[in-house]
Amino acid sequence: MITKTTESLALNSNNIKPSNFNKNTINSTKNNKNKIDISAKIIFMFCASIAVIAVILITAYMVFSGGPAILKIGVGDFIFGQEWKPTAGDPKFGILPLILSSVYATLGAIVIGVPVGILVAVYIVELAPKWLTKILKPAIELLAGIPSVIYGLIGMMVIVPFVAKTFDLSLGACLFSAIIILAIMILPTVISITETGLRSVPIEYKEASLGLGATQIQTIFKVQIPAAKSTILTGVVLGIGRAVGETMAVIMVAGNAVNMPKIFESVRFLTTGIVSEMSYSTGLHRQALFGIGLVLFLFIMIINIVLTRLIKSERK
Amino acid sequence: MKLQRKKLRISDLLIKTLIKFCAFFTIAMVVYIMGYIFVRGIPAINTELLTTAPSELKGTVGILPMIINTIYIIVVTLVVTTPISIGAAIYLSEYSKKNNKFVKVIEFTTQTLAGIPSIIFGLFGFVFFGVFLKMGYSLLSGALTLAIMVMPTIVRTTQEALKTVPNSYREGAIGLGATRLYLIRTILLPSALPGIMTSIILSIGRIVGESAALIFTAGIGYMLPKGFFTHLRSSGATLTVQLYQYAMRGENLEITYAIASVLMIIVLIINFAAKKFAAALKKG
Repeated sequence: MITKTTESLALNSNNIKPSNFNKNTINSTKNNKNKIDISAKIIFMFCASIAVIAVILITAYMVFSGGPAILKIGVGDFIFGQEWKPTAGDPKFGILPLILSSVYATLGAIVIGVPVGILVAVYIVELAPKWLTKILKPAIELLAGIPSVIYGLIGMMVIVPFVAKTFDLSLGACLFSAIIILAIMILPTVISITETGLRSVPIEYKEASLGLGATQIQTIFKVQIPAAKSTILTGVVLGIGRAVGETMAVIMVAGNAVNMPKIFESVRFLTTGIVSEMSYSTGLHRQALFGIGLVLFLFIMIINIVLTRLIKSERK
Repeated sequence: MKLQRKKLRISDLLIKTLIKFCAFFTIAMVVYIMGYIFVRGIPAINTELLTTAPSELKGTVGILPMIINTIYIIVVTLVVTTPISIGAAIYLSEYSKKNNKFVKVIEFTTQTLAGIPSIIFGLFGFVFFGVFLKMGYSLLSGALTLAIMVMPTIVRTTQEALKTVPNSYREGAIGLGATRLYLIRTILLPSALPGIMTSIILSIGRIVGESAALIFTAGIGYMLPKGFFTHLRSSGATLTVQLYQYAMRGENLEITYAIASVLMIIVLIINFAAKKFAAALKKG
């Protein structure tokens, strides 16, 4: 150890002596430091650009692996075609049923999940006693952490039989079951973002409203929620993103038959359309699955852009 | 302070009841999900399950390979993504100027990455790592895919943690003649450590729960590892992927619930640990 340090000391002094003898020594170390600092900056910058590279790569790969099939099948036939028969003698690659099923399921999940989520957030912020908040918040965090396959399992074992029994269906695996699962899955997102929104409403608003004689409930629904509108909307858009992209939970409850969406019929979504046929697809069929991926990707990009706009307008 | 109870309106009462119902419903649901999984899964967890591989020859249906695969994916993903993400966060919060075009692009793409669903990552990983880089179905391909996927989480949380370090620390260090790098190494990173740890724990949660991105990248293999590095290049199902397969095939229901219980226990531990670190972060 000791010899090493002396060695390195000697090396250092050697370094300084010959070349920098005439220059200011302090300056020279500063230059060295600067070099290290600049190379560190370049490394950090490279790390940061990985995200950009990744998004460009993902976009490129989605377009190049999904695009050709869409062009070969025909954009109109692919997107507005109502028949999906990829393995038939005269194969049909229409994904309108998948698109509409995804849209309906997402809308359904939003219609159920958002009001419930907002009410729960209101409860946490305004009404709940402290001890109950201490139970409620970890419960919601847990809800956010449960893997999708477990939601799928619960859906398969509990919700599907329940739906079949309640609505007297032969098969409970249908759009409605998927909507229930998705509504539960977007709950944590909606709740936590609405909570943040409600908490950021200035207390003066609430005081003024109560002072003017409004009841607590009136204040919440006519003053506080409208004031937190844009944040809540962000939560809703995030929820939409999550519902559109969810795969493993819904594949286990939706039945997976390609049908135009009806509430109590088995449906297949954009996401599940990819998963359910990927393992045995070949040729144009496989390319078409990537085409579905591209359509899904476009949906998500639109949602993302809306989201960025929303967040920007919120900051202003 | 009877301000809030001035008058009693029936509609108010109804809405309040509805709000309470929704809140209790949420708690009840979480309790039900946990109870349902644990009641069916915990009794099936035993040493044989945890120490054997699925094998028809030996008649075992253990989940040891899946546990090992899950750990592999967690470790490799974090080893790849943590330094890059922390570096990116440091660049964004310490080096870049605000309103710089490049910074805006990075922030937009990071947000985009966070919004891309896992199935798209799965497809991308399949064509890029699997086909283009010739990794095939392998744990490495799966881990690299997830490395991109969890990046935004770590970048953002680290950025938040760096923001909480007071500016006077930076000014003091620079004023005393420290270089930026020295400042980052000795002051900023240690102060941001609880935040970084929280983000890593959250990422572990996301990796453990992931399935759609792994099924086409890491595949569905169920063999025990033969060697440390060779295993990286072989296909392997994680706990979630195995659960999905059993559930879809409707076989080994007991094992399915056992895997679900193991996953729930991991999620519980992760949530608890993340809370601890977040509390440490608040204390400073």
